[in-house]
Amino acid sequence: MSHHIVEFRDVHYHYPDGTAALNGLSLRITHGESVGIVGANGSGKSTLLMHTNGYLLPQTGTITVGDFQLDKKTRQEIRKKVGLIFQNPDDQLFMPTVSEDVAFGPLNLGLSVERVNETVQEALETVGCSALRDKPPHHLSGGQMSAVAIASVLAMQPDILVMDEPASHLDPKSRRALINLLKHFHHTKIIASHDLDLIMDVCSRCIIVKEGKVVADGPTEEILSDGQLLEDNNLELPLSLQKRDLPLGGTMNEIGKLHHLLGHWAEHNIEHAKTYEDWSKKADALGKKELAAVLKTIAEETVAMDSRFKEALELCR
Amino acid sequence: MFDNAYFNLGYLDTLSYGNTVIHRLDPRAKLLATLAFIVTIVSFPKHEITGLLPFLLFPVLLFSLGDIPAKFILKKVLYVSSFAVFIGVFNPLFDRQTATSFFGLSVSGGWISFLSIMLKFFLTITVALLLIATTSFPGVCHALQKMGMPEIFVSQLLFLYRYIFVLVEEAMKIVRARDMRSFGGRGLGVKPAINLFGTLFLRTVERAERVYQAMLSRGFTGRLNTPRTYCLTIADALFVCLTIFFLYLFRTQDIVGFMGRVSMRVLG
Amino acid sequence: MADALLSPAVGATFWAGTLGTIAYCSKKLKENLDEKLIPLMGVFGAFIFAAQMINFTIPATGSSGHLGGGLMLAIVLGPHAAFIVMASVLTVQALFFADGGLLALGCNIWNLGIYPCFIAYPLIYKPLVKPGSSSGRIMVASVISGVIGLQFGAFSVVLQTLLSERSELPFNSFLLLMQPVHLAIGLAEGFVTAGVINFVRAARPEILESAYSARPVSAAISIRKFLAGILIATVVIGGALSWFASSNPDGLEWSIRKLVGSPGLREAERSATPALTSLQGKTALLPDYNFRQSGEQTNRGVDSGPASHYGTSVSGIAGAGLVLFVVLLIGMMIRSVRRKSF
Repeated sequence: MSHHIVEFRDVHYHYPDGTAALNGLSLRITHGESVGIVGANGSGKSTLLMHTNGYLLPQTGTITVGDFQLDKKTRQEIRKKVGLIFQNPDDQLFMPTVSEDVAFGPLNLGLSVERVNETVQEALETVGCSALRDKPPHHLSGGQMSAVAIASVLAMQPDILVMDEPASHLDPKSRRALINLLKHFHHTKIIASHDLDLIMDVCSRCIIVKEGKVVADGPTEEILSDGQLLEDNNLELPLSLQKRDLPLGGTMNEIGKLHHLLGHWAEHNIEHAKTYEDWSKKADALGKKELAAVLKTIAEETVAMDSRFKEALELCR
Repeated sequence: MFDNAYFNLGYLDTLSYGNTVIHRLDPRAKLLATLAFIVTIVSFPKHEITGLLPFLLFPVLLFSLGDIPAKFILKKVLYVSSFAVFIGVFNPLFDRQTATSFFGLSVSGGWISFLSIMLKFFLTITVALLLIATTSFPGVCHALQKMGMPEIFVSQLLFLYRYIFVLVEEAMKIVRARDMRSFGGRGLGVKPAINLFGTLFLRTVERAERVYQAMLSRGFTGRLNTPRTYCLTIADALFVCLTIFFLYLFRTQDIVGFMGRVSMRVLG
Repeated sequence: MADALLSPAVGATFWAGTLGTIAYCSKKLKENLDEKLIPLMGVFGAFIFAAQMINFTIPATGSSGHLGGGLMLAIVLGPHAAFIVMASVLTVQALFFADGGLLALGCNIWNLGIYPCFIAYPLIYKPLVKPGSSSGRIMVASVISGVIGLQFGAFSVVLQTLLSERSELPFNSFLLLMQPVHLAIGLAEGFVTAGVINFVRAARPEILESAYSARPVSAAISIRKFLAGILIATVVIGGALSWFASSNPDGLEWSIRKLVGSPGLREAERSATPALTSLQGKTALLPDYNFRQSGEQTNRGVDSGPASHYGTSVSGIAGAGLVLFVVLLIGMMIRSVRRKSF
């Protein structure tokens, strides 16, 4: 599993005009993690992301992605592993039609045309856009564009997805669709965003960057409910926490925090139950009757737990 | 005026993604037929009028088979007619020699050649617009590449097409902001225009930088590869052959004279 | 320039020149390709396209103008890339806005691309402006380059029109019409270009310092050689074609006549009674049509009008009317069939 690790060790980067964007930044992300990167404007988030696929090279310190230490020679290899999704899909989608855009990466990897066409089809199906194959990007809506941008990166079959403000151009419904999509990816995910609610929903771990350094690193729910820490970094509590915060009189106490967490757990619980159910059906279809039965029991018990969450939520008031 | 031009651009582009017999033809076939048509039209001498009329059949067929709204295209043709009219209108002034008389009315060669210029203008421009209304622009580009245009020029065309819509929209926002504050006079001069272009210029450079990053992150090494494949079908070959046959027929045969004799016979 | 004012010979000559230059520039760019240039050129083409849609008032004239862009492109991207970008912008305009038409596109790329990229920029702007030049100097250089570029462009529009022999405008009057108008446009072009270059220099100087044009253009001499080559080729081809065109007023017609047969057919046609008793098919009717003779057309205005060989103008009008009627009928029928089938 060591080959999906992203590790920054004491990385420094100064722009030509003298701005120190990264100032001894260190972090380590392991396989399958989903990590949110938050911080004020100019804190170094974007510079950090541009290092993950070697667009920028560290001036001092080292970056390791998988088995490679990032330098001029290895960055081509690293780009195959790290899929970078840009903030504005207009920058990401530069080819004249959707299918050509999604095919751009795989063709550069040297795949045969048939293989490329399969990959394109798969990637577009994953994001639910196979009907848009022959459209030019400027005929797509914002939500479709961002989905296609993700498909164009998925088609390269990266191990790690890196995203810069993935939802900033989206209306609320498309944003929700994106969040659901991201939750289903098993890739290692690194997401930089000001949208703290999105980070809450998608990432289990959260890192706060300030002045080119990591100032906090831990479970998302812990970091993003710490009002003082957030305020020190030009951030504020996620909206979902603020709402529940009001009846409790302005500050966040332990019960309020628990109340939020319970809400979260409850929400995920139903989703989990559905997933168990789906897999039970798949197992059944494959003839694994016993396995299917066990999965079904798990699903039912999970559904039953729902009322417990509701009960707990009531008791928090 | 700006919004209008942008709307037209977008509408024409939308039309080109239609799905009719004409849209489905190979872009190469359509490009070839269109070029042959234009060359045939301009090959007519200065005073030709009647010989040009049968050629209206080609645009009419494209309009109807391709399901293209005639009014929209004709309006566009009218809109760009200024240069041809401007130059052509001098013909009646300089060539006053009577060329023919018409129910006792003498008509100078200048008027005839002016009318000929207008007819040629109408035919060539309409057909050029119909080409793009029935063929997606990327299709035209790939046809050009297959016909031997340098790769770098074709990729430039494709990029241009992709970012026209993005940049024009950006320009439109800046222009609206300018117009809102210029109150129909001050602010429309050269100095504000320079600031406007300058701002747009900087945004362009920044965008090019980001696009380059996106390309690099997907393994760009200097070539714009595409999986697109075209194959010419029998329909394409038939289309080209028929077009060229009729162009040849109409160019060499006097259709109007023939029709005239037909009608004379029928009438009397 | 517009299709309707061109003869095939002139259109083809300038297309040949333009295609040759595109091929030459592509080769030059490919030789030491900076891959970063590809998106930059593309997005810059869109920039010029968008900028051309913005009108501004030209000082002192009160009329409104817009940016040409060739000079600015050459300053930022260097002449080869600039020419390719200019050619692509004009191609898109010819297709989407029907500016001029497809045959005239060759002339238009030539007129708006060659002169700013390969004459005004390398021979005037570049020698005058050095990296540390003042903004005043940039202004002077760019105004001179703008004017020269557009004067050349206007002059070649005049030449193309006259060589095509579709317009009756005498050389002198046409020249007097075009050159002063383009003096004003050239001044505005130079002024705006310099303004934008100075604006960018103030805001982000590094963009222009790293500009592709700032690199040593190893081709400084070879551009001249190349230009000379192109010019000679154009003169030779153009001369040959126009000689050909004047001795055979219409090249295509002449070659068709050679292909189809002898001029004797004409006599046959004249004497033949209109054999229209049968409409059994086009092939059977072919011999009855008249083959237009080039000689007849050159003599026009002296003895016979264009419509006179139809016998009477009534017949001509009736024929024309019938042609239009049939054409429109075909169109309407296809439309109505299509509507029903949906």
